[in-house]
Amino acid sequence: MAVKVASEWLNACSGCEISILNIGDAILDLIPEKIELVHIPALVDSKYFGALGDGKELTLPQATVGLISGGVRNKEHQEVAEEMRKKVDILIALGTCATNGGIPAQANMWKNDDVFAKVFRDCPTHDPVDTPTELVPPYTDSVKAIDEVVKVDIYLPGCPPHPKWIADALLALLDGKTAYALEERSVCDTCPVIREKKSGGGADIKRALVNYEYNPEEPIEKMRCIMEQGYLCVGAVTRAGCAGDTGAPRCIQSRQACRGCFGPIRKGARPLVDMMGALSSIGQNAQTVVDRRAMLNRFCGSHNNLRPLPQRPG
Amino acid sequence: MATTINVQPVSRIEGHARIVVQLDDAGNVDDAKFHVFALRGFEKFCEGRPVEEMPRIVNRICGICPWNHHLASAKATDGIFGVTPPPTALKLRRLAQNLSWIPDKLLHFYFLAAPDFVLGPDTDPAQRNVVGIALANPELTRKVAHMRQEGAMVLEHWLGKVIHPVAAAPGGFAKPLLEEERKEYLEKTKEQLEFAKFTIKFAKEEVFPKYLDVVKELGVIKTGFIGTVTKDGTHEIHDGVLRLMKPDGTYTDFTYEEYTDYIGEHIEPWSYGKMPYAKKWDNGAFSMDLDNPMGIYRSNALARINVCDKMATPEAQKELEYFRSQFGQPAQLTLLYHWARLIELVENCEVAIQLLEDPEITGRDIRAKVEVKAGRGVGCVEAPRGTLIHDYTGDANGLITKANLIVGTTHNLAPINMSVKQAAMATIKAGKYDQGTLNRIEMAVRAYDP
Repeated sequence: MAVKVASEWLNACSGCEISILNIGDAILDLIPEKIELVHIPALVDSKYFGALGDGKELTLPQATVGLISGGVRNKEHQEVAEEMRKKVDILIALGTCATNGGIPAQANMWKNDDVFAKVFRDCPTHDPVDTPTELVPPYTDSVKAIDEVVKVDIYLPGCPPHPKWIADALLALLDGKTAYALEERSVCDTCPVIREKKSGGGADIKRALVNYEYNPEEPIEKMRCIMEQGYLCVGAVTRAGCAGDTGAPRCIQSRQACRGCFGPIRKGARPLVDMMGALSSIGQNAQTVVDRRAMLNRFCGSHNNLRPLPQRPG
Repeated sequence: MATTINVQPVSRIEGHARIVVQLDDAGNVDDAKFHVFALRGFEKFCEGRPVEEMPRIVNRICGICPWNHHLASAKATDGIFGVTPPPTALKLRRLAQNLSWIPDKLLHFYFLAAPDFVLGPDTDPAQRNVVGIALANPELTRKVAHMRQEGAMVLEHWLGKVIHPVAAAPGGFAKPLLEEERKEYLEKTKEQLEFAKFTIKFAKEEVFPKYLDVVKELGVIKTGFIGTVTKDGTHEIHDGVLRLMKPDGTYTDFTYEEYTDYIGEHIEPWSYGKMPYAKKWDNGAFSMDLDNPMGIYRSNALARINVCDKMATPEAQKELEYFRSQFGQPAQLTLLYHWARLIELVENCEVAIQLLEDPEITGRDIRAKVEVKAGRGVGCVEAPRGTLIHDYTGDANGLITKANLIVGTTHNLAPINMSVKQAAMATIKAGKYDQGTLNRIEMAVRAYDP
């Protein structure tokens, strides 16, 4: 019998769902024989309040496996996450918004009122208005990763997660396994660039305003490490896996630096502190990273990594 | 007794929303609304970020059209630093822009919209989806899945990341196109063009005719339209001017920087989503009254097809001429969005082929010199869902001080609300409705591909 799978997206962009589709032809071998999609708003007509819209409580169908992409930004997200947890045996946090807050958790540097004040009262295309409050779910006090709200069984980070890991995790669960985890390795561990363990670009970290030095006719193996060229690349403190099990890290394939989209290498790691150490170890001045706090917590602003700074007196 | 119908989540769309229909004591529609809950606050949390990082941050606005946000943002950062990318870089961006639309169009037409048309609006909701399509047409579904995947994988192969790309940057592009890549992608894109031509023929012959009555009734409203055109009025999705067309077909062209002169935003107390409107029309009034709308315009495929004088390429032009012979200009029927989308799909393939046959596309001069300085940049491109406007201001340290974003579907929020109300009033009478009725109301939303 097919395994029932339910999927929801919360404070999310739909990129994780497209990554599921990017599993490709293999997904058509799984659906519907091995996987029954009982709830996935992007593809299937399953409603919280019944097919006639007359239910009184938000309800999701029972399933063996639940997937949640996106973090929790409002009370409805929270309600959906709690309902999903009740209805599934194994809950997967899919993508870095779900595992660590993701880009939207950059908003955790401000109080909610500051976000509303900007959006509704400081905009060149309309006069200031009151923040909408009718029928819209109120904000939670910050952008939360899923495990700050309910228990998570499996973490599949990535912005987006690679289709290979999504498929592997689902196949493992179909086999009756109940656990699945990416290896605790860094992006640098999977990056083939040339490293000499010293800065070739001086002590100050340069900004990403030029193309890095490389010969496009040559493979990535012939390119000098971007960090050692004197620019910020946060592969050292980022979990490996963005390119699946083949090839160089994805941004490096584009000849761009890593910005940390797979989140910290292990739960509870502090990328800001660890990256400062990594930079110092090759003789670079970590204090010169522009916009340091936001830059080094770009994808992991939940779990209290980003908070509003105290107001300066006066 | 008065009844509230809560259709949530609206499904087979690419975002989060709900429809609430209020019935009066007699069971007729008193009101119907389309609610958007998402508010992530990009305009706030972009403040303080380095200008050059913006294309790598704001692509997360949308995981379905990340390329378009990425490219609009890159253009805005060019503007702040006052730099013009080299011609090859602009061509590479335009190539990526067109390539990114191909899988998106296939996904929407076959997997999100088609269940309503191929299986029918009243089919059992448990079957009315891509799985049902796969069971009904296994061969075609395999082909679609394959072509969508192939389309997406060209960008992934070339630039590492197809979802949330990183290749565009202030001053140009991070990676050139190699000759062997060019040859390979050209062949693949030619296959996409053949499939695009098959798709529009299939849709015109076997899908749309069956439901012409639905097309003529569901979600129909009368509005203006917005889209990008070149200076000579040709349909364009990467760089041009904005054209705002009134319901009577008269129009004004304006540059990106002038958008605040023409577009205002209206905010209702029941939605986080703002509603852009044409503020020079109707004495600056905004109204979603179905009989007398004011300031309302639409974006996305039908809008672009309506505002342009002609398509950029021959096969797409033939399709436009046929479309206009059937529906006129501007065409108002909401479900024609599906048709317009496929005309654009043909053009995307043809433009990508033209660019891949351009000798300059494999050039190595792809990044202009950039120096940090204060300034403002307004970058626009078309996303499949509508015109993207990224308006940033940066300070002398190259940090963002202000960001204003108007993104694709936002332009359509007021029109979607109107179409939902129209569809609800047309389908629910004297308290009689079933799941198929409610699905028809959702179909009015799906046409906009929000």
